Amino acid sequence: MASSNSLMDSLFQRSLEDLIKGIRLHLLGESSFISKSVDEIRSEIKLTDLSTKSIALQKLSYLAALHGVDMSWAAFHAVEVVSSSRFGDKRIGYHAIAQSFSDQTPVLLLITNQLRKDLNSSNEYEVSLALECLSRIGADDLARDLTSEVFTLLGSSKAFVRKKAIGVVLRVFDKYPDAVKVCLKRLVENLDSSDPHILSAVVGVFCELTTKDPRSYLPLAPEFYKILVDSRNNWVLIKVLKIFAKLALIEPRLAKKVADPICEHMRRTVGKSLLFECIRTVLSSLSDQESALKLAVAKIRDFLVDDDPNLKYLGLHALSIVAPKHLWAVLENNEAVVKALSDEDLNVKLEALHLLMAMVNEENVSEISRILMNYAREMARIPHCQRGQEIGHQMIDIGTRIKDVRLELVRVSRSLLIDPALLGNQFMHPILSAAAWASGEYVEFSKTPYEIAEALLQPRTSLLPPSIRAIYIHSTFKILVFSLRGYFTAQEPISPPLVQESTSSGSSAVNCFTYKSISSLMNMIELGLRSLSGTLDVEVQERAKNVLGFIGMIEHEIAEKVTGQDNETAVSSAIVFMEDVFSDELGPVSSTAQEKVPLPDGLEIKENLEDLQEICGEFLKPIFESNSNTNSFSASDKISFSVTKLSIRDQQEASSSSSPPPESASLLAEHRKRHDLYYLSSQKKDEHNDSNGNNNTLNEYPPANEISGDSFNPKKKMNQSKPRPVVVKLDEGDDDLKTKPNASSNDEPLSRAIQTALMGKGMGKEREKDNHEKILDSGIKEQSSGKEKKTKKKNGEKSSKHRSRRRSDKEASAAKPVEIVDFLL
Amino acid sequence: LTVLSKEKTKHFGFGCERREGIISGRFFCYRFVYVVSYETMIHFVLLVSRQGKVRLTKWYSPYAQKERSKVIRELSGVILNRGPKLCNFVEWRGYKVVYKRYASLYFCMCIDQEDNELEVLEIIHHYVEILDRYFGSVCELDLIFNFHKAYYILDELLIAGELQESSKKTVARIISAQDQLVEVAKEEASSISNIIAQATK
Repeated sequence: MASSNSLMDSLFQRSLEDLIKGIRLHLLGESSFISKSVDEIRSEIKLTDLSTKSIALQKLSYLAALHGVDMSWAAFHAVEVVSSSRFGDKRIGYHAIAQSFSDQTPVLLLITNQLRKDLNSSNEYEVSLALECLSRIGADDLARDLTSEVFTLLGSSKAFVRKKAIGVVLRVFDKYPDAVKVCLKRLVENLDSSDPHILSAVVGVFCELTTKDPRSYLPLAPEFYKILVDSRNNWVLIKVLKIFAKLALIEPRLAKKVADPICEHMRRTVGKSLLFECIRTVLSSLSDQESALKLAVAKIRDFLVDDDPNLKYLGLHALSIVAPKHLWAVLENNEAVVKALSDEDLNVKLEALHLLMAMVNEENVSEISRILMNYAREMARIPHCQRGQEIGHQMIDIGTRIKDVRLELVRVSRSLLIDPALLGNQFMHPILSAAAWASGEYVEFSKTPYEIAEALLQPRTSLLPPSIRAIYIHSTFKILVFSLRGYFTAQEPISPPLVQESTSSGSSAVNCFTYKSISSLMNMIELGLRSLSGTLDVEVQERAKNVLGFIGMIEHEIAEKVTGQDNETAVSSAIVFMEDVFSDELGPVSSTAQEKVPLPDGLEIKENLEDLQEICGEFLKPIFESNSNTNSFSASDKISFSVTKLSIRDQQEASSSSSPPPESASLLAEHRKRHDLYYLSSQKKDEHNDSNGNNNTLNEYPPANEISGDSFNPKKKMNQSKPRPVVVKLDEGDDDLKTKPNASSNDEPLSRAIQTALMGKGMGKEREKDNHEKILDSGIKEQSSGKEKKTKKKNGEKSSKHRSRRRSDKEASAAKPVEIVDFLL
Repeated sequence: LTVLSKEKTKHFGFGCERREGIISGRFFCYRFVYVVSYETMIHFVLLVSRQGKVRLTKWYSPYAQKERSKVIRELSGVILNRGPKLCNFVEWRGYKVVYKRYASLYFCMCIDQEDNELEVLEIIHHYVEILDRYFGSVCELDLIFNFHKAYYILDELLIAGELQESSKKTVARIISAQDQLVEVAKEEASSISNIIAQATK
C-alpha cells in the first residue's frame, strides 16, 4: 500500500512549473501558498524515488532562492540527489548544494566522495558540475582532500574542464594554502595557453591572487608582460593591467617597462572598459611616467565631456585618484568638475565635490568658494542632511579666509536665516549658526540689516539650542551697532570707507538710516530680547542683557539727538567704540601659528627639565617620609594624601584667602630664592599668588610649583608599576588556529607556499623542471600522508611545515632579484 | 564537532567569535552586518523586476539566508528608485553594485571598489545576450519559468565569482548539450511512467 501511495505521489507530483504558476495565481495569499508547498515538498523529498526527490529539491531551491525559504534542513536530501546516476538529477542536486551549503553545514563531508567520483567522471559535464559545486562550497577539508583531483583536471585536455578547474583553484588555495605546492606549476603553465578561454580564466585567478599578495607573484612578471603585449582580449587585458598596477607599486622598474604597452592600448582600444582600466593603472601606479600620465589625463577629459553618465562618473573618479599627487590634472578639468556639481546624479555630484575640495588654491579660491557657497545653500536645504556641521564649518572658514566671497556668503546666509521652516530641522542648526555668525560679522555687505535682525529675532528661534541662540543674539548686537554707526555717520559728509569700497550697490542702502528705522530696529530688538533676559541659559541671558543694556544706554540720547542737540555725546563715542571692537577682522588661525610667535627676550626655555624634578623632589620628600614607607603609591596612600591636603587648605582658608599661610609662604620664599629661574617675573607674583589662593578648591596644594612635582611623581610610579595589558591565550588548542584576529591570517602560509613554488622559476630551465617534479612529488606525498594523519594530532605536522616553509622562503628571496633584473634588461 | 567550531571562527573573520573579550565594540557591528567575503571579483548576482520581485540570486561570497534577504531588500530599494539617466553604479557598504536595466528587469552585480565597473557592465550585457540567444528574445517570463536554466547559463559564465567564458557560442553549445543529456533521461523516465500508468489503469 505504501509503495503504491508513493507511486501515486510521484505521478501527481507538482512540477516546478506548476509551482511557479501556482505562486503567480495566488498573488494575495502567496505566503500561505508557499508554506503549503514547502509542506508538500517535505513529504515528497522523503520518498525513495530519486526523480520525485529531485523535483522536490528543485522546487525547494526555487523557493529558497527567490522567496527566502529556509532549505538548510534538506541538506541531506541534496546529498542523496547528487548521488543519482541521471545527469538531470545530479544537476539539480549540485545546484541545491551550491546554493544552500555553507562551511558549517553538517553533512558537508558526506559529499567528498561523491565529488571525487564526479571529478573523475568521463562525462565532462558531470565534472563541470562537481567543479562548480566545489568552487562555491570549498571548505578546508574538502579543499584538502580534493586537491589532487583538481590538480589532474588542471592538465585536462578538454578546455571546458580545464578552465573550470582553474577557476576552482582560487577557492582551493584560499582554503588550503598547501595546495599551492601542488597546483601552482600547472597554473603557471596555463599562462602560456593558446586557448583564449583558458588564458582568461587563469589570468583572472592570478589577478585575485596578486591583489592579495603582490610580492609573491613578481617572478611571473615576464609572463604577464607577454600577455599584456600579445593579447587582444579586453577582459584578459583588464586583468593583466590590474596585476601590473599591483606589481609596479612594489617594483618601480616595472612601471617604466609597462608604460609603453599601456599607452599603446590607450591609443588603440575602442573598448571603454579597457581604456578606463589603463587610465586607472597609470594614475594609481605609473603616475611617475610623464608621457603615460599626460595621455591618461587627456583620455579622462574625453570621459568628462561624454554624455554617458557612467563615463562622467568614472572620469571624476579617476581624477580623484590622481588628485593627491598631480593636482594639475584636476585643475585642467575644473570646468567639467564644476559642471558636474549640478549633475542630477548624486554619485557624480559627490565625486565632483571631493575634487573641488582638492583643487582649491590661491588663484581660484574665490571662484570656488562662490560655487561652494551656492552649493552649500542648496545642500543645506536637503532635509536630514547629515553634514550640517561640516557645511557650517566650511561656510565660516571660507568667509574668514576670503574677502571676495563675503558678499555671496551674506546673501546665502540671508536666504537661510529668513526661512522660518529651517529652524525646525535640527540637522540645519549648525548651518544656521554659521549663517547667523556670518551675517553679523559681515553685516556691512548686507543690503538689508533690518531684515536680517528681524530674521534673527523671529519667534521660532526658540527652537534653537541655547549655544546657537547666543550666536543669534550676538549677531543682532553687531547689526545694531553697525546700523547705529551708519545712522550717525549719515549726517557726516564721509561714510565709512570700508563700506564704500567693498559694497558699491549696498552702500546706498546702508547709509539711509533714518531716525525712524533706527528706533524701530531698536524697539524690535528690545522686544525680542526682553523675554530672554530671564532665560535659564546663562550664555543667552548674558548676551541678551548686554544688548539690552547697550540699548538702554543710548536710547534716550538718540532721541535727544533728533531734537537737534550736538552729537558729540557719550553715545556716539560709545558706538564708535563698539564698532571698533567689532571691526577687527577675525582671521583663521593656522595650525602652525604658534611657531610664528617670536620668543620673548629673557624667557629661558630649558630643553631638559630634569633638574626641575630634583627641585620637586625636595618638596616631595617630607611627604614621602611622613605618609608612606612603601615605595609605590597605593590607593589608600592617595586618599590619606588628600586628607592632609584638605586640612592644610582649611587652615589656609581660615587665615586668609588671598595670601598663602605663613608657613608655606616662608617655604615658598626660600624656594624662590634658590630656584628663581623657574619663577615668573616679580610684578606678577601677587597675581600669581592670588590665583593660587582662589584655585585652592581645584588644586588642593598651596604652592603652585609643588603641585606639578607632587602629582607628577606618583603618577609616573603608577605607570611603572602597572603592567601593560597583555593578550592572554585562551587555551592551548588555539595554537594550531591562527591566533591573529586578522582576515589575512590565511595569507601568510599561502604566500610562503607560493614563493616556494615560484622559486624554481629563477633558476635554469632544467633545474626548474627538476624542482617542479620534486615539489610535485613531495606535494602529493605530503598530501597523501596528510590524509592518513588526518585523525592524528596536527600540531607537530604544522610546525614542521612552518619550518620548511621558512627555509624555502629564504631561498626564494635570494633568487628573486636576479630574476627581475634579467627581465628588465 | 571541533572541526565545525573551527570553521565557524574562521568564517566570521576578525576572530570575533573566539575573542569577544578583547574586541572593541566596533567589531561587533561588523560581525552582525557582514561576513568576510572570499577574494572574488563578483560577490553576488541579483535579478530584480521593476516591481521589486526577485528573479534570480546567486551568491559567490558566503551570506547566510537572513543576510541575503536583507541585502536584497536594501539594494532593490536603492536601485529601483534611481532615475533612468543616472550612472549605473551604486556605492553600497564599501562595495560597488553595478546594475543595468533591461526591459522590466534589473541585473545587478556586486563588486569590490577597485574592480572595473565597465567590465562588469559588459559581463551583464554578455549574460543578457546569451540568455537572449538561448530563449530567443528573452523576456521576464522566460526567466520566471526557466529560472534554473538561467542559473545554469550563469554557471557557464562565472565560476567562483570569476569570469570564465567569453564566447556566446560556446556557452550556447554547452547548455544545449546538457539539455540533451537531461532530455534523454527524461524520455526514459516518462516512458517507464507511461508503462506504469498504463498498468495501474
